[in-house]
Order: sequence, then C-alpha cells, then structure tokens
Amino acid sequence: MTPHLILRVVAKLLIPFILVFGFYVHFHAKYAPGGAFQAGVILAAALILYALIFGVDAARAAVPPWAVRVTMALGAAIFSAVGFVTMALGANYLDYTPLHPNLELARGQYIGIVVVEIGVLMTVTAVIIAIFYAFAGRSPEITEEEW
Amino acid sequence: MNFDYTQIFDYALLLMMLAVGVAVIRLRNLFAIVMLTGVYSLLSAAWFVSLDALDVGFTEAAVGAGISTVLLLAAMLLTSRECAPVSAMRHWAAFAVTVAAGCALFYALPDMPQYGALASPANSGVGMDYMMRTAEDIHIPNVVTAVLGSYRGFDTMGEVFVVFAAGVGVALILRLTGRRREDDV
Repeated sequence: MTPHLILRVVAKLLIPFILVFGFYVHFHAKYAPGGAFQAGVILAAALILYALIFGVDAARAAVPPWAVRVTMALGAAIFSAVGFVTMALGANYLDYTPLHPNLELARGQYIGIVVVEIGVLMTVTAVIIAIFYAFAGRSPEITEEEW
Repeated sequence: MNFDYTQIFDYALLLMMLAVGVAVIRLRNLFAIVMLTGVYSLLSAAWFVSLDALDVGFTEAAVGAGISTVLLLAAMLLTSRECAPVSAMRHWAAFAVTVAAGCALFYALPDMPQYGALASPANSGVGMDYMMRTAEDIHIPNVVTAVLGSYRGFDTMGEVFVVFAAGVGVALILRLTGRRREDDV
C-alpha cells in the first residue's frame, strides 16, 4: 500500500476545488473582496499542495520551470502593455477610458481592469511557484520516519 | 452610549496572538516555531476580518498562514531543527528595544483617530471621494478593485513589478530548478 494514502486521496479531491476557488476570487473581485493578488496566491497554493503530497518532481512535470519563468514576465508585460495601448489611443498611461466607445457605462474601465488583473494574476502565481521551486528543490526529501 | 460587543473578539484575538508570540520566543524547536507563526498569521487574519478589513484578512490568510509557512518549512529543512541557545545579554537587549518601541507606540496611541470615526483621514478626503465616484466612473460595485485597478493602477503596476523583481531575484540566486551546482556537473 502506498504511504500517506489518505493524504493523497484528500489532496486529489481538494486541489480542483482550490483552483476553482482561486478563479472565483479572481473573477468575482468585481463584486466581492478579493482580487488577482489573493487569487494568484491561492492558485499557487494548489500547486504547492500537489508538490507537498506527490513530490516536487511531479509538480515540476505538471508546471515546468520554463513556463513559470515565461508567465512571470508575461504578466508584468501585459500590465504595462495596457498602459501603452491607452497611450496609443490618446489617453494617459493606464487611463482605460478609451478602450471601449461606451462611455456611459465606462466599459473601457471595466475592460482595462479585467486585462490588467489577468496580468497581475499571472505574475503573482508564477512568482510564488518560482520561489517555492527554488526553495523546495534544495530541501532534502523528507524521510518516512519524519512524517 | 452602547458598547460594541465585537470589540471582545478583537481583544480575545489579540490576546491569543500575544500568547503565540510568547510561545514562539520560548520554544527552541524550529518546526514548532514555524507552525506557530502560521497560527499567528491565521489569528491576525481573523482579527482583520473582525475589523472589517476583509481584503487584508484574505491576503494574510493566503500569504501569511499558507505560503509563508510552507516556504519557512522548506527553508527550515535546509538548516538544523533546533535553534542555538541565545545568550542572556542579547535577550536583555531585545527586551529593551521592545519595551522602548512599545512605549513609543502607546505614547502615539491617543493621536490615532477612533476606530471607524467619520472624521478620520481614512473616511474623509480622497477615500470618500473614491466611494462617491466609483459608481459613475468605473461602474463596478467593489470600490477596492476600482481603486487598485484603475484609480491607483500605476501603484498596482509598481507592486506587480516588485513581485516580479522578487521572483527574478530568487530565480537568479537560487535557480528555479533548485538543484545544487554539484549535481549538474
């Protein structure tokens, strides 16, 4: 029998819910407390739980370090790119108003916030995972008797 | 004047945090200390919720109680499991610094506005402005998101770049693969 059978089963059950909750926190931030920073940490926590139960190598196979590196930079790039797009449309840097012609309901602001938050989510998730990989990869594997 | 009973929660949580802090000082086992710092974060998250600072409580629970604990555990596995005994001199020095800082904080306390006071800087000035204007400017119900995403978008971009810089720094110093150099050769 594999060791930590209960841990493995419970973790397998929990991880999808943690991911869904992370996305809920992200996309529901329009109405409820939350946002991309918290959501990013929760998404990263799902992978960290996976790594704790199934080993860091399994986590690295699921989310390879190169993807983490690319996502980290891409998120920050998306955020600043939105600023340049608004500048190209004739507004100030990060003034989202011209992103959509509907000024009545401020759709431009809405679109801007959504895109920018996706950038934040990508960077925060990737950085937390990167820090975890960097630390966890150096730690010796926990031996069975220490559990 | 009616007494706000939720204050009792605040004091109870603060007392628990104090007890955890004392326990962290007294303990020598690093594993127990790491776990107790996680407990401390969770208690402070509960306290923030009790103070109606839901966003801060959320972040504290996720980052402080969750991720920090895991990272501290991973870091602990690289060192010894017990902390070295500290000389009494250093204890006294730390005690003196703590008492001095505590006295300064209590001295400054009367200048703080009452919790939830209408005239406090947080509830007057630009904070109230955002509350009034978000509905027509941004058309989303959550003012915090509107402030972070749009009004103060430039600040948030700075934060993202700080996080990014932290990630790049860790990746450059410790390397993402995390293997030691000897293993690669």
